[in-house]
Amino acid sequence: MPSVKVPPVLRQHTGGATEVEAAGSNIGEVLGALVAEYPETKEQLFSTEGELNRFVNIYLNDEDVRVLDGLDTAVAESDTVMILPAMAGGAS
Amino acid sequence: MAPEATEQFTVKEITPQEAFAELQEGKAKLIDTREPHEHAEARIEGSRLIPPALIADQIAGSAAKTDRVILQCRSGARSAAAAEVLMSLGYEDVVSMAGGILEWEAQGLPTASDSGLTPEQRDRYSRHTLLPEVGVEGQVKLLEAKVLLLGAGGLGAPTALYLAAAGIGKIGIVDDDVVDASNLQRQVIHNTSRVGQPKSSSARQTIEELNPDVEVVEYNFRLDADNILDVIEDYDIIVDGADNFPTRYLLNDASVRLKKPVVSASILSFDGQISTFVPYEGPCYRCLYPTPPPPELAPSCSANGVLGVMAGLMGMLQANEVMKLVLGIGEPLVGRLLLYDALGTRFTELKVRRDPECPICGPNAPEMPRSEMGKFPDYEAFCGGYTGS
Repeated sequence: MPSVKVPPVLRQHTGGATEVEAAGSNIGEVLGALVAEYPETKEQLFSTEGELNRFVNIYLNDEDVRVLDGLDTAVAESDTVMILPAMAGGAS
Repeated sequence: MAPEATEQFTVKEITPQEAFAELQEGKAKLIDTREPHEHAEARIEGSRLIPPALIADQIAGSAAKTDRVILQCRSGARSAAAAEVLMSLGYEDVVSMAGGILEWEAQGLPTASDSGLTPEQRDRYSRHTLLPEVGVEGQVKLLEAKVLLLGAGGLGAPTALYLAAAGIGKIGIVDDDVVDASNLQRQVIHNTSRVGQPKSSSARQTIEELNPDVEVVEYNFRLDADNILDVIEDYDIIVDGADNFPTRYLLNDASVRLKKPVVSASILSFDGQISTFVPYEGPCYRCLYPTPPPPELAPSCSANGVLGVMAGLMGMLQANEVMKLVLGIGEPLVGRLLLYDALGTRFTELKVRRDPECPICGPNAPEMPRSEMGKFPDYEAFCGGYTGS
């Protein structure tokens, strides 16, 4: 099953897990399975219209799915899907 | 190595002061028996270079057997050996300068150099100049470099320390905050006695004590659309360790317009991200993150905590990127986003591509006359909801 790497901001919604498994043959299905398992991740990932939020990047292995086929990008069993939101921590 | 003398000669030594007096009177010929790179870095004015291996072959071109010859090297060993060689060849009036050019410099006597480095700088930066990839030339580049740090906080503190130690000639520090006790767990450029002082002046004090070669410029205010272009214009490279999204987007938009490279990192809890944005060579921050997250989905360090050493780790990676950009060596993180997971001690590298739709660096980005710079298309709109952290 593909694994999904969970960024710090979402870990509170995955019980602290940094990596979870989610079934699916494309990015949309994998993220759908993630949201079904951890419903509170939905707000960070998807807009109310069901589109992927622009401020969250989804990577399949080391490539941004925006340059692949977006949510339709095929995912193999051994692939890693990474959720990458922007972070701003640094100074304060 | 000098050829071995076949019989023993007693080498006479004179002090640098005595040598200086003789040279002033024009009575002696001074031979520098070191290697060419040493001669180029620092030499006594008027000296002729003959490396130790060539002394027997080349001395005839520089001095006659009856001439007064002063031999000099770095510390006095090679010149003493060369003096024996010359005596064995029949040179009648040969002396070695005791202590070499090190003692000459220690006595405050003048030297000449091709490099532009002072004797103190050659000593201070010797571990840099010994690296073929840096050398004296690279150190001069570092001393001429101007680097602006956004934030003297978690990331800026370690970055500033190492850039200052490396001899970056001018370091600008933008920070409008004061040192708080809760900063000291990771902001190592400040200290307990400076709690309550402006961060920019605390950082300045530490840097000036570390390295007097560095000129520090304080910008004790927050960057905004009205002042950012004036501030960043003077710098070669900008290091982004800002704690809020509006500043990161503002910096991106301004730096793309002025074609300034930005080394950008961020940290949260046990995670860090870093990339180097070189305008038009690689993607910009907006190519990676087209829009900032809404405030409720963008936690800051102050609300969520951060492991102190994460600031050091990511700050060092930023400093390393700056060094490579200044020296023109290696492979900067252009078009690559490096993630660091401190708990797993794992680095992950992701590809970042230029976005053809990018409103700032894309081919269809609107051209803006200079007078319009700083007025960014959506900056006011998305900044409205922020107060920074």
